[in-house]
Amino acid sequence: MSRQGEADDFVRMEDVVKIFGDTVAVKSVSLSVRRHEIFALLGSSGCGKSTLLRMLAGFEEPTSGRIILDDEDITALPPHRRPVNMMFQSYALFPHMSVEANVAFGLKQEGVPRHEIHERVFEALDLVQMAGYARRRPHQLSGGQQQRVALARSLVKRPKLLLLDEPMSALDKQIRQATQIELVRILGQVGVTCIMVTHDQEEAMTMASRLAVMTEGQIVQCGTPHDVYTFPSTRFVAGFIGSTNLFTGTIVVDEPDHVLIETDALSRPLYVSHGISEPLGMEVHVSIRPEQIRVGRQAPEAESNWGHGMVSHVAWMGSTTRYQIRLDAGQTIEASVPSLDWSQSDAPGVDEEVYVTWSHDAGTVLAS
Amino acid sequence: MHLKLPGHRPSARQFAIGVPFVWLALFLLVPFLLVLKISLSDLQFGIPPYTPIATLQDETLSLALHLRGYVLLFTDSLYAAVYLNSVKIALVTTVCCALIGYPMAYHIARARPEIRNLLLLGVILPFWTSLLLRVYAWVGILRNDGLLNHLLMSLGLIDAPLEIYRTDLAVYIGLVYAYLPFFILPLYANLVKLDHRLLEAAYDLGARPWNAFLRITLPLSMPGVVAGAMLVFIPSVGEYVIPEMLGGANTLMMGRVMWNEFFNNADWPMAAAVTCVMVLLLLVPLSIFQYNQARQLGGRS
Repeated sequence: MSRQGEADDFVRMEDVVKIFGDTVAVKSVSLSVRRHEIFALLGSSGCGKSTLLRMLAGFEEPTSGRIILDDEDITALPPHRRPVNMMFQSYALFPHMSVEANVAFGLKQEGVPRHEIHERVFEALDLVQMAGYARRRPHQLSGGQQQRVALARSLVKRPKLLLLDEPMSALDKQIRQATQIELVRILGQVGVTCIMVTHDQEEAMTMASRLAVMTEGQIVQCGTPHDVYTFPSTRFVAGFIGSTNLFTGTIVVDEPDHVLIETDALSRPLYVSHGISEPLGMEVHVSIRPEQIRVGRQAPEAESNWGHGMVSHVAWMGSTTRYQIRLDAGQTIEASVPSLDWSQSDAPGVDEEVYVTWSHDAGTVLAS
Repeated sequence: MHLKLPGHRPSARQFAIGVPFVWLALFLLVPFLLVLKISLSDLQFGIPPYTPIATLQDETLSLALHLRGYVLLFTDSLYAAVYLNSVKIALVTTVCCALIGYPMAYHIARARPEIRNLLLLGVILPFWTSLLLRVYAWVGILRNDGLLNHLLMSLGLIDAPLEIYRTDLAVYIGLVYAYLPFFILPLYANLVKLDHRLLEAAYDLGARPWNAFLRITLPLSMPGVVAGAMLVFIPSVGEYVIPEMLGGANTLMMGRVMWNEFFNNADWPMAAAVTCVMVLLLLVPLSIFQYNQARQLGGRS
């Protein structure tokens, strides 16, 4: 296999397919994960991300394709022989064992000498700040503490690859964000390569250095959270990663540095300041994020990129205010305006006529 | 205990628990107290065939507790041998039920749901006929000129019939056969609830399948094993029908001794004493053990 830079290839899935009976759970996924990176598989339930993770752990064997970890083909290895450990969705801590015994389990299976087990168990528990709870049973711990124990248990064997299955799904919303940052800190400290599965795009963007968006058993886009958010490749990705406004129109001007797109939704054309590969006259979609749309009462003077409509709903979210604006042509768009832009009495209210504008570099053209 | 306030009506829960409790207390405790009373009386001819333990005569209440039965129990080595033998037979039966029943319960719990119910039905099916009939069928199978010996001889595996009928082996076969479902059902109910992810976690941490079974499945299924073992062991100790129908003259079991004292010797006090000692020696420690086990497991989950 010749690929650019071996760092790219620490974990590699090559044309992996998984078929259960007559349902195709994963259709031909190829994926590279770099050493020491936190990689997120993001998608809604049933998109095949969990099946992919289970194939990495060894619980499912791919129907076809190969999985390579650190230049070793692990496709056919049973789970107990893989240098891969998983933190399960609901942690799957052994209820009849103490915290210490839970963490020690993997080392005992490996036949590590007794004194070393003790040392490594407490090293792992120290790492997650749970050493004081070594004698407790899992049911005596809170959800967050159970998660820490599960993390210690999956790290104690120093796996080459750590798998996280929906790591935050069993936690209360309030503690999730702090836990995500803490988890990233610990993973960075250990320096383990990590693949996580989540349906929560905020979680993926907070934790992962790169992510892959999956739908219907396929990866639709892969990249850094910033790239995927800023340059979504399809309407699905644009809608899945954050929310967006989509305009459907046809290309009327196609220059190397910009395009103009006519749409029925707006009286003015859309100006997008990047070139595209699609031909003139083709129907395309333009995605504009709500936070890029400005709301005002004065008619803009520009030739393009604005519209006129009526406020149909206002939701004050704290730091931002979300406006739903019904354009003259009927389409409703969403704008997210920093709350500081308007004083309380000054802000446009429901049924008020407004103009919406955005800059030339705000839009992204999507072919599908 | 709940303090009853004036006008407080018992809730549905108190009613649902209370009624069976009163029922059990009445029909377990009262007969046991009657048996205890008989065991402390003396033999006499007439109806009933024992003396009252308390008499009121000339304004004097005299209480006569006869310990003849108990003295005999502890002096005649026959009774000690019977107790030991009963416990031994019940223990072996329980162990055999565990060895046969565990794999069965395990595989039924692991089977696909549509097959699972069919397999469970197979376990329960024998209950649709009377135990007496089923044990009688075993007589037909195990007799010297029975089904088993005919089969083995026609296959040329043996020359002379195996003597199983009227031996301890026949008793074991009968007991294991009759009590196996009682071991399988509670264990199945436990195993079917086992969280499969725990096993996956064990594999993931490097456990081979057999190790994962020993370290995860087996310990977590212990409540089911204990419940099943109790349901087999306790009734086996006092079993009468199976040793009577399949056992030989020297298969000594408590149930038969009780029967003999009661019906053959018409010695009610003696039979009652045998019963009381059995209950106190075996069932009381067992129920304390089970209570502790249940409390431990209750605190765990």
